Amino acid sequence: MQKTVKQEMTALAGDQAVAYAVKQSDVDVVAAYPITPQTIIVEKFSEYVADGEVETEFVCVESEHSAMAASIAASATGARAFTATASAGLALMHEMLFVASGCRTPVVMAVANRALSAPLNIHGDHSDSMAQRDSGWIQLYAENSQEAYDSIIQAFRIAENLDVLLPVMVGLDGFTLSHTLENVETLPEEAVKEFVGVRKFPNVLTHNGKTAPFKLDPANPMTMGPIALQNYYFEFKRQQEEGMEHAVNVIQEVNNEYAKISGRSYGNGLVEKYCLEDAEVAAICLGSTAGTMKTVVDDLRQEGIKAGLLRLRTFRPLPVEEIRSALANVKALAVMDKCMSFGGNGGPVFHEFRHLFYDAAKRPYIVNYIYGLGGRDTSPRELRSIYETLQGILQTGCVEKPIQYLGLRG
Amino acid sequence: MTTQEWKFTAKDIAEKPDLFLAGHRACAGCGPATVFRMIMKATRGPTIVTEATGCMEVVSSIYPYTSWAVPWLHTAFETSASNASGIEAALKIMKKKGRLNHEHVDVIAFAGDGGTYDIGIQALSGAVERGHDFLFVLYDNEAYMNTGIQRSGGTPHGAATTTSPAGKSIPGKLEYKKPIADIMVAHNMPYVATASPYYWKDLMTKVRKGLEVEGPAFLHVFAPCPRGWRSDPAKSMEYSKLAVESCVFPVWESVNGHCQLSIPSKLISLAPQKKRPVDEYLKGQGRFRHIFKPQNKKLLVDVQRMTDARWECLLRKCGETPKTA
Repeated sequence: MQKTVKQEMTALAGDQAVAYAVKQSDVDVVAAYPITPQTIIVEKFSEYVADGEVETEFVCVESEHSAMAASIAASATGARAFTATASAGLALMHEMLFVASGCRTPVVMAVANRALSAPLNIHGDHSDSMAQRDSGWIQLYAENSQEAYDSIIQAFRIAENLDVLLPVMVGLDGFTLSHTLENVETLPEEAVKEFVGVRKFPNVLTHNGKTAPFKLDPANPMTMGPIALQNYYFEFKRQQEEGMEHAVNVIQEVNNEYAKISGRSYGNGLVEKYCLEDAEVAAICLGSTAGTMKTVVDDLRQEGIKAGLLRLRTFRPLPVEEIRSALANVKALAVMDKCMSFGGNGGPVFHEFRHLFYDAAKRPYIVNYIYGLGGRDTSPRELRSIYETLQGILQTGCVEKPIQYLGLRG
Repeated sequence: MTTQEWKFTAKDIAEKPDLFLAGHRACAGCGPATVFRMIMKATRGPTIVTEATGCMEVVSSIYPYTSWAVPWLHTAFETSASNASGIEAALKIMKKKGRLNHEHVDVIAFAGDGGTYDIGIQALSGAVERGHDFLFVLYDNEAYMNTGIQRSGGTPHGAATTTSPAGKSIPGKLEYKKPIADIMVAHNMPYVATASPYYWKDLMTKVRKGLEVEGPAFLHVFAPCPRGWRSDPAKSMEYSKLAVESCVFPVWESVNGHCQLSIPSKLISLAPQKKRPVDEYLKGQGRFRHIFKPQNKKLLVDVQRMTDARWECLLRKCGETPKTA
């Protein structure tokens, strides 16, 4: 391994870590609107702007819808664009998220994951970003503030990769990460600038028959965001899917390359395996829950129970092969969902895991746990009960209740 | 600044290459198509255009063809002004970082009445409040024409549309046209103007002024739609003239809050006998046909009354004394 750069240890809340990563990433335009629990990101970044510490145009827009529209337009013009939001703000952006991916504008966005109304709730769950599952965005979920910082820097490289050219959202759990101080190692600014580089553009054929960089440039007029009907729309969409397919490799490459300068990596960038080699019972979760889950697994291992954990860092593109091979020997699996899919027979992550095992040679028992909605705390004791249930399933050979609610009253 | 010389003569206009190209799929007699061509003829140098969803977006960008000889971006219906914000911010910082190959790039945002009066007004108000340097052009054909002639905040009182039909109990749209240009003046923005394509020189001069001003500019352009108005496609320019002469659509501009009539409307203020009655403008338009039925006489009177009231209000704003014919 190449020698890593000297880093600085700072106490940062997740939101601050995100703002700091954006500050270091040579971002041209930040267009954002405040919403709890994302606010610290925009507040902190505003301070950088006010103090002249960044060369960034900060557009303090009047809504999240405009935040995304301005980010897309800035990106289309050739700028590196960033925005951040949460909950209702992400829901308001919904229409524009599809436009960002459809226009192939590599916008990066932090999502301080939060519950959706009604009832109004400002605390963390994954309802907001799961509802944007099919918007064509790459989705990464951070386990801690350190990873939120690292993932934002990596996100620019992933999004702007010419084989990908898709927007990336980085989820960090509302309050649990966004507002909680943790020790975060930060890279020197030059190292980050060098890592993210200057944005590159693919050469495309313009309607003048010239080849030119794909951006809005009066030197090479280009029509972006046209109307494409029955004869072309389908091909546009298939090309987006190709970008997603390429992202599976690119995310791993970026994870490896980042490890070389920072000494930090997150599994293979797609999934993180914890005590899975010989695990018989395992859980799958996203985000900060994994931190608690790992201590539970440690306890169980001490007791001789073959427990493991798979943390899904990349939810889109879904790393199907990596998940299958990581869980190949697991006999009973608990899929954790911090989100409901109403009337959908289980949560969204559960759906995906059940479907990807349909044509696997060996299928584990799979049970779904819906937990933590609206920021409800999930204790180690409750998480432990999941593994106990899985062991019970192995003994009886029967999944009595495939969909369970953890920590629900009554 | 790479500003091209502009003498505002027919010869100059003819010689300047088109930037809104022929081959688009607009209807015969389309007012907006003429308006777009003139506006793009009046640009002064490198320009990026962004456009809201609407008929002109649809007819000009049908993949793999395009009518745009300038960089052009469409994202959604309500995003014309927010796109312009993003483009302008990007241009500004890229220039600062030495990543822009142009001394200056103008930004024009087009939207129809739906994308301006209704669904786009929040983004427009926000972009103007933030002071982005761009020209917003409202091409007003007075209804949601792209989706099949539904009423908008810009549809005039009495007009029949598919969502304000002239029925047995309700004679077309009951509400009045939202005074959008006044709303923009109330933003204390540097330049607001209204224009009608019949007065092409006035329109093109205003485009140039809107581009030259530092900060946001708003241009409200009258744009007849023969399909939506149920009018003769050959008469779009005639209606563009009658609308001004009847004071249904006076032309004026507000420079740093100072409001003044433009020549075609100024002439009417000086010689009120030249002001045409509204029925001369309304007749021949199928959307107003029911107004001329005896049972709707009150409606016709009301349209005239409101037109007069708004005209007098405008005269006062422009420091003119209302005169009677």
